[in-house]
Parts: sequence; C-alpha cells; structure tokens
Amino acid sequence: MLSYIIRRVLQTIPITLGVALIVLILFTQVGEDPVRVKLGNHATAEAVAELRAKWDLDKPLPVQYVLFLKQIVSFDYGVSFNSGEKLSEMFASGAVASLSLTVPPFFLGLAMNLAVAVLIAFYRGSWIDRYSTVVFVAAMSVSYMVYVMFFQYFLAYKMGWFPISGYEPGFGSIVYLALPWLIIMVVSAGPEIRLFRTIFLDETKADYVRTAFAKGCSPARVMFVHIMKNAMIPILTYTVIEIPNLILGAFLIERFFSIPGTGDILLAAINNGDFPIIKGLTVLIAISFTFCNMLTDILYAYVDPRVQLDS
Amino acid sequence: MKAQASLEGKNLIDEGESPGQRALKRLKRKKMTMICFAIVVAYILIMVLGYLHLLPDFQERIGAANEEPSFALAKILGTDLFGRSVFYKILIGTKTAMTIGFLTTAISVPVGIFFGSIAGYFGGKIDAVVMWIYTVLSSIPSILLLVGISYVLGKGLVSICIAMGAVGWVGLCRMIRGEVMKHKNLEYVMASRLLGASHMRIIFHHILPNVFHLAIISASLTTLAAIKSEVILTYLGVGIQNGASWGTMVADAGGELVNGIWWPLLGVTVAMFVILYALNIVGDALRDALDPKYVE
Repeated sequence: MLSYIIRRVLQTIPITLGVALIVLILFTQVGEDPVRVKLGNHATAEAVAELRAKWDLDKPLPVQYVLFLKQIVSFDYGVSFNSGEKLSEMFASGAVASLSLTVPPFFLGLAMNLAVAVLIAFYRGSWIDRYSTVVFVAAMSVSYMVYVMFFQYFLAYKMGWFPISGYEPGFGSIVYLALPWLIIMVVSAGPEIRLFRTIFLDETKADYVRTAFAKGCSPARVMFVHIMKNAMIPILTYTVIEIPNLILGAFLIERFFSIPGTGDILLAAINNGDFPIIKGLTVLIAISFTFCNMLTDILYAYVDPRVQLDS
Repeated sequence: MKAQASLEGKNLIDEGESPGQRALKRLKRKKMTMICFAIVVAYILIMVLGYLHLLPDFQERIGAANEEPSFALAKILGTDLFGRSVFYKILIGTKTAMTIGFLTTAISVPVGIFFGSIAGYFGGKIDAVVMWIYTVLSSIPSILLLVGISYVLGKGLVSICIAMGAVGWVGLCRMIRGEVMKHKNLEYVMASRLLGASHMRIIFHHILPNVFHLAIISASLTTLAAIKSEVILTYLGVGIQNGASWGTMVADAGGELVNGIWWPLLGVTVAMFVILYALNIVGDALRDALDPKYVE
C-alpha cells in the first residue's frame, strides 16, 4: 500500500510539469501580449521594454519555465499585473467566496439526490421510475443560462424573495447566496440522480444480491443495506473528483450574481491579460485535480479489496 | 463454410442476425426514440437549408419593435428590438448550433478514437505519452484551454469548435483505450497477427469495429454538450461574438426580460429544449441498443 501511494505521488510530478508548460506556452507565446494589454497600443518602446523586464517576460522561455516551476514549488505566485495585489491573498479570498457558494449546495444536493436515486432504484420499472426519468431528462435539456435567468428574474426580481445579486464576506452572505445555492441544486439534480440510479441498478445485477435474497433478506434490506454499501464506492469516486470544481467555483453563477470567487477572478484575469493570476490559478487548480485523482485511486484501493495495486 | 451452412444449419443462419441488425431492431421498438431521431433529422435539415440559403432572411424588418407573438408565421414568436422576426433568427441560430455540434464532434471523435486505440494497442511508451497528454489536458480547467485556443485562432465559430473538440476527445480516448486493451489479447486478434496483418490493419480493421459503438454514443453526447456549452461560453465572452446563435440570443434575451419581453427567451429555450431532449433520448437509446452486454 505504501509503495503504491509513493508511486502515485511521484506520478503527479510529470503532470504538473506538463500543465505548467502548456499554460506558459498558451499565454506567453500565442496569446495577446500582456504588456500591450496593460499599456495600450500607443506606449513608447522604452516603457514596453521596462515593463517586460519587470515582469520577466524578456527572458527566454526555458528560463521563464524554470522561474515558474520555482514559484509552484514555493507557493509564491508574485503579484497581479493589474492591481499589484499579492496573489496568495487574492486566491484565499476568492476561494472562500467560491467555497461558500459551491460547498453547501454540493453536499445538500448530494444527500437529497442520493435519497431520491435510491428510492427510484428501489421502485425500478414502476411508473415513478418511468415518469421521473422523463422529468429529469427534460430538466437536463434546459440550458444552465435559462435556469439562472429565470430564477433571478422570477424569484428575485418579480417575487422579491432574494436580493438580485451581490456578496458580502462573512455570514451575512447567506442572504445573497441562497438563490445561487438553489440554482446549483436544481441544475445538478437531473444528471446526479440519473447517474446514481444507474450505479444502484448496476449493483442489483451482482451475485451478492442474489445471495442476500436467497438467505431471505427483504427487498428493502437488500437495497438499503447491501446495495447501498457497495454503491458507495463509485459514488465516493464521483464526489472526490468534484472537489476541485468546488474550489474553482461556478463561472457562470459568479459572473451573474457578482460573487467575487475564484472563477470570477480567473475570468477577469483572462479579459485583462493578467498573466500571473492565470498562471497561478491554473496550476493550483491542476494540482488539486491531480491530488484528488490520486486520492480517489488510493481510496478506491483501500475500500475495494479487489483492486490490484501492482497492475 | 458456406457449403456447410447450407447443408446443416440453413435455417439457423437465416434466422440469425448481426449485432447491427439487433441494435436496429431494439432502436425501432420504442416509439419515443424514433420520434427523437426524426427531431434530430429535422434540425439537421434546417442546418442544410441554412447552408443552401433557403432559410428566410432574419435581418429583414417585418414589423414594429418588440411586437408580441401573433399568428402570422414570421411573427409566431414576435419581433425583436429592430422589428426582426424572432422565429427566423432562431432558425439561423439552429443552423449555427447544429454546425457547432457536428464540427466539435467531427474533431473530437476521430482524435479520441485514434489516440485511444494506439495507446490501448501498443501500450508501453506510446500509452504513457497519450495518458500523460490526456491527464494534463483534463487537469487544466477547460475554460482556460478554450480561451487560450480562441486567442490563437481568433474568436468565432470554427475556433470554439476546435477548442471544444480539443477538450472533448479525452473521455472517449480513455474509454476506447480500455476496450482496445481488452480486445488486443483475444483470439481473433492473435489469429490475424499470425496471418501477417500489419498493426494498423489489426487496429483499424479488426479491433475498431468491435469498439466503435463507444464512438457512436460519444458522438451524440458530444453534440449535445457542444450545443449547451456554446450558450455559456458566449455569455462569458469567449464564444461567438457576432452573428445569430442561441448563445447571443439567450444573452440578449436575459436583459430584455426585465422589460417584460419574454418571447425571445421562451423561443430559444424551446428550440434548445427540443433538440437537447431528443439528443438525450437518442444517446440513451444508442447506449442500450449497442451495448453488447445488454440482456433483454
């Protein structure tokens, strides 16, 4: 087990190197010149050269790459090109906003969707199963944008139950976040319930289910005790892999409701050519993706004894 | 072989069916699936008509600004701020959306098949490189890749398709790789290797037909995802900037909602809903019909 974990940790190194390389090439070699974005097209040659030197953009690509790697290892991503703010502070406040936007609806939705899915799987083939499938597919066929617009218009503007948009740090933000939470939960219900239902139904075909029935277990016991336990393995995998997305926030919702989360910071940085932010955030997200992937594999190996570590 | 069949098991052979025939039979059995197929075909037809310049011109003024829906065909969904028909604009948007769906699929599916099958078949270094590429690509937030690629190619329809295609092949590649790895040690592959078939012939002529159902399923899902993403990307300022697309229409319609102008948003939502619902059902039906493990 230990050697597997060590090997898995080592595997994250080439991936991080690759991510760093792609990001560097995308935004220094092919993207718009951040110096030009900052100074405009009419800047003098000296000003451009000076800023370029200040931001280390005059150095050859391999040197920039090494500098970037040094930043990654030391977790010091420098300052924003635009505001001069320290990036670690910006990321921290962005992550807090994003997490407070995404975490509550994620776990609340997960619990509700699991409960609904297990009930639907229990009554599989009945009218509840058939009609709920139609309803969920229909719900999945409406654009995310339309949900956001309709909920904001109807519940916030027309009914006045929620503020239209905004955010404040601390617990006061609940007032502003309630509507986005609701939207995130509604949008995720369809795909999640369908996914979980499939997972539960796949388990019903397993041999241990037949054995449990043969021993005289009631259908309810088989579903909620035996199947539930085994279905948790794929569900756990799904949950862990979603974690980086929670940190990244929800681009669309953050934009729409003016919530200053990570996604919003990244979008603003893309529009302003604020290269350090793009670089730093992307690498952080990529590292957390890699880490969660690794965590999933290790958990998987730990929970399911059939997984072979040495293959 | 043929002679033997005609001697002993003529009836047996005649009554048998290929996996393709069986899949077709399964697909035809459900009425809803056939209706959804018809819807997809109808949308494709609109796209084709659009390219033949046979759709009505949406730029033409047909009435006053922001007219409510009425029973004339052009005004069935009312008019926009400039007195243009919302219905005609949606038709042009349909052309754009279907183009995006198909172009993205046409890019991501072949790439996914190619890398997936060579990685699964050859294993070793090639597998390691392909796996490295797709792990790196899937660890970068896809919106960043989309933005990066559209910087290089300029914003517009083709570049967002290339960008979405470049992001979208990863899932299919992973699935094909897994399946090919299972198939490469089966007897039929060994047999053709013994007969001296080249690697490329074994991969693309022998193994690929056995895993191709994954590509078909993935194609319907990629089309669906691309149509949905276009709307979001356009709102975020990465997608299509000018021209009629559902994304630009939804983005505009959101602002007009406050003034009580609900018909453009309703029109686009319904147009999107119908095709997305149909693609969802078709995707599910294809998965059920083509899954070799599926037991009735």
